[in-house]
Amino acid sequence: MMTYDLMYDVIVVGAGHAGCEAALAAARMGCRTMLLTINLDAVALMSCNPAIGGLAKGHLVKEIDALGGEMAKNIDATGIQFRILNTRKGPAVRASRAQADKQLYRLRMKRVLEHQPNLDLKQGEVTALYLEGNELRGVDTRSGIRFIAKTVVVTTGTFMRGLIHIGLTNYPGGRAGDLPSIGLSDQMRTLGFSVGRLKTGTPARLDSRTIDFSKLETQYGDDPPMPFSFSTERITMPQVPCHIAYTNQRSHDIIRSGLDRSPLYAGVIEGIGPRYCPSIEDKVVRFPEKARHQTFIEPEGLETVEVYPSGMSTSLPIDIQIPFYRSIVGLELVEIMRPAYAIEYDYVDPVQLHSSLETKLVRNLYHAGQINGTSGYEEAAGQGLLAGINAALRAKSRDPLVIGRSQGYIGVMIDDLVTLGTQEPYRMFTSRAEFRLLLREDNADLRLRKIGYGLDLVNEQDFAAFVAKRDMIENDLARIATTRISLSEQEVDVLSRLGIEDVQKGTTLEHLLKRSDMTYADLAEMDNVSRETSSVVREQVEIQTKYRGYIDRQLEQVDRAKKMESTAIPVNLDYSSIKGLTTEVREKMEKNRPDTLGQASRIPGITPAAISILAISLKANIWKGTSL
Amino acid sequence: MYIRDTIAAVSTPPGNGGIGIVRVSGDQAAFIGDTVFKPVNDGGLASHRFYFGSIIDPESGNVIDEAMVVLMRAPRSFTREDVLELHCHGGWLVVETVLAVVLKCGARLADPGEFTRRAFLNGRIDLVQAEAVMDIIESNTEAALQLAQKQREGLLSKRIDDIRILLIKALALVEAYIDFPEDDLGETDLNLICDRVNSALISINTLISGFDEGRIVREGVSVLIIGKPNVGKSSLLNLLMDENRAIVTHIPGTTRDIIEETVVINGLAVRLLDTAGIRHTEDLVEQEGINRAMDKIPLADLVLFVLDASRPFSSEDQHIFEALKDSKVIAVINKVDIPRKLFMPESISFAAQIDIAARSGTGIENLKLAVCKHFQKDTGIDRRELVAISRSRHRDALNSAENILQKFLSGFDGGKLELQAIDLRDALEVVGSVTGQTTADDVLDQIFSSFCIGK
Repeated sequence: MMTYDLMYDVIVVGAGHAGCEAALAAARMGCRTMLLTINLDAVALMSCNPAIGGLAKGHLVKEIDALGGEMAKNIDATGIQFRILNTRKGPAVRASRAQADKQLYRLRMKRVLEHQPNLDLKQGEVTALYLEGNELRGVDTRSGIRFIAKTVVVTTGTFMRGLIHIGLTNYPGGRAGDLPSIGLSDQMRTLGFSVGRLKTGTPARLDSRTIDFSKLETQYGDDPPMPFSFSTERITMPQVPCHIAYTNQRSHDIIRSGLDRSPLYAGVIEGIGPRYCPSIEDKVVRFPEKARHQTFIEPEGLETVEVYPSGMSTSLPIDIQIPFYRSIVGLELVEIMRPAYAIEYDYVDPVQLHSSLETKLVRNLYHAGQINGTSGYEEAAGQGLLAGINAALRAKSRDPLVIGRSQGYIGVMIDDLVTLGTQEPYRMFTSRAEFRLLLREDNADLRLRKIGYGLDLVNEQDFAAFVAKRDMIENDLARIATTRISLSEQEVDVLSRLGIEDVQKGTTLEHLLKRSDMTYADLAEMDNVSRETSSVVREQVEIQTKYRGYIDRQLEQVDRAKKMESTAIPVNLDYSSIKGLTTEVREKMEKNRPDTLGQASRIPGITPAAISILAISLKANIWKGTSL
Repeated sequence: MYIRDTIAAVSTPPGNGGIGIVRVSGDQAAFIGDTVFKPVNDGGLASHRFYFGSIIDPESGNVIDEAMVVLMRAPRSFTREDVLELHCHGGWLVVETVLAVVLKCGARLADPGEFTRRAFLNGRIDLVQAEAVMDIIESNTEAALQLAQKQREGLLSKRIDDIRILLIKALALVEAYIDFPEDDLGETDLNLICDRVNSALISINTLISGFDEGRIVREGVSVLIIGKPNVGKSSLLNLLMDENRAIVTHIPGTTRDIIEETVVINGLAVRLLDTAGIRHTEDLVEQEGINRAMDKIPLADLVLFVLDASRPFSSEDQHIFEALKDSKVIAVINKVDIPRKLFMPESISFAAQIDIAARSGTGIENLKLAVCKHFQKDTGIDRRELVAISRSRHRDALNSAENILQKFLSGFDGGKLELQAIDLRDALEVVGSVTGQTTADDVLDQIFSSFCIGK
């Protein structure tokens, strides 16, 4: 084994969506960084659907952007259809989604990586972590080079012991067309990590020239398309539509006829698949009363005829796949370009991680993405960014960054993972966030921009723009709270047009804006200053004013939780020495080893009584510590 | 969980005791003392001094109990916070009512062991003491667990579960609607959300109205015996008690005060109140007794109106009958063993009427049956459940769930669903707190099992 003669601060293993963010963050924070991937032509590849964002995922992307990550900018530069979902619902659950040109997305990310100072991009399969005793020193690769580093971030995706299933046929692979990563997960097991098996699947890719789009519904994106990144001014890519098709009873009969050769139902697949992203055979079996299932036919790019039928993943054999896809109206003559398949892979139980994503077993080792049991590009990227940041902070001997549950979806996700673990591929939902109203897409910058700037991930120009926006919002909030209407002719005109009669002279603009029948646009008609207010400021002022009651309620909850969230539990706390804990509670605590009292309280089966006992004994230990 | 809000709890053991102490700890303790307690000598509460006075419900101004009250200013208190102790009479209902008033003033019901926890966290007790306390907390929890286990077997838990399931289903619809906008969820019927919340609300209301009935079983019912002098009220009381408690004479007006006795009739705890005979009198002492009897009428759960079969219906009977028009009444016709002279005027009728002869005991079993029937008909709910809902903690939780859900329904228009989800989650949490269940992940499970979701 040759030892490479350069000492890295951070080595990132895997160049998927987690790995790219991790490497960029570390390099941008000034760390000597290397990104290692099995296949340099598959950097930031979208292995499944050609889209970024969606409910809760869009939130993650905006947070990544606010912190100075790359995903939002990358999709803004390569997106070919943008839509805001849930526009008819409230601001907290509006979310951005975009179709990507899959190849352009990959190529642009690769270019960004290549041009990033401090970052070396190399091809190589990591077969083992290199440890001296318990100390992590670097990684070993199949080609016989040992790379030395202070910290290592592992983002292996579906590659660790990846096994591809098409019907009862299966073969090792990290993704269709790519080799799996062999050896690494075995070593992890030896190191004491609890390694499990998950399953996910992807639909066939179809030839759009063989689809009769006149028989399908067309769905266009928003006009104008709204970007993800707070730094992107506008979207310049050409925009294309998606199409909606439906399965029918005949499709379902075909599926049923192949179930005996489904690796899922035949018991060949041991890994657990996601409930929110079931294969078509899953849907047919579990919801037999449903007459049809919807699919979006999504373009894979501008320069390719390949399209992606969402929701139609399957691991049935190819002789079932062909008649199944052809049973869909409009797809009667469709040609499959790449078959659908399921993939099983190893993941490492995320309860073995600290909130910084550093493993509890091996110091300086960080895990991010599917290795932690998540699914989704956005979930991966969010973790990758945090893992990269924390590896860099460690290399600089600084304290780790932890995003709180009240600060961002990234925080909710990581906290869920490290405290609860996961038994199925974990996907973000807005309903996972107890402070959902505070964690909106529109205020991701207000929540996180400053943190990104403090880490040198947000440049001066972007930060200056943010500060200006923040100040304008604050000024305008103060202004409308003190500006009173005089019931001038102009004001009365607007009010009577809106059918509002019960307003008295001296009412503040804030008070008016709180009404359900008033919008900021209405204010702008009766007030000259409001008219000059920019749309981003209007949006914030309107949301913060209208929802203040609920927002304050959530802020109170955050405040109440703060004490518990900030009470740290020592890493090596001896739970058996704490009198009064039941055996069940003690075992759970020993397995999970939560970082804080707040985390402990969220572990299923941990009672409030157990938390009180812990709180008391923690306090006692602190005393003991100070008296010594 | 250490939060600096104000907590309150009954700190004497459950059940009826000689005295009951409600303890309050936190910044609001002094304020609550000033609000609910009126010392006989006006002036504020100085720290560490016992005051005698009355506890009043600040909303209604009603006096709840006479009490001794002490305020212990921080840090010279058990928790090192301001602590207020209200020492009241030990009747269960009194103590719970006092607690309810304190909670109404802004205190939160303390968790088990929370006073001790605060004492420790504020440095009031040391490590050795804390270790002992931990054992206590643990044993409390064990007891609480066992209690919860028992309740889980009962109907209350079943009802609470049903309510939770309704709310979880409603919330799942809301969340699915929010989180899967692109999925073809079929006709997500907003009315269905409303229907489920409405059903939950009805169940909650039923349980809350069962609270008073739960109290009946736990505290017993009060049955007032009333009638003009010498119709045999005290004889009836003795008969029901199987002993000579009241002084029985043939001299009208012998019973001058109210005699109260608790008896168990066919498993139902009954507080019997024997009163002075109602008549016009010049005797001031007797008149006072009569006034007291009349005052008791609205407070009684049931009135036994005793009439003398051997005497005609008189203006005194008429007077009593009119005083009872808002009460639940059983007419007891005594002395049916001697020739009957009582004939009811046409304007007088009773929902129930029982003939007895108190001297021989004839008809007494019929009367006992009628009394029990009256309360069972009124409640019609399983006894085990009544016992469970008789805790003010339960009523507290259900009341706030009711408020939240009513707010939910009044603001429901299909928009702002993420705001409404907050209300639903709050309601789910307080309802779940009755049986101590957590709600994490229940909603997502419900979404995945009911809807075909997935891209």
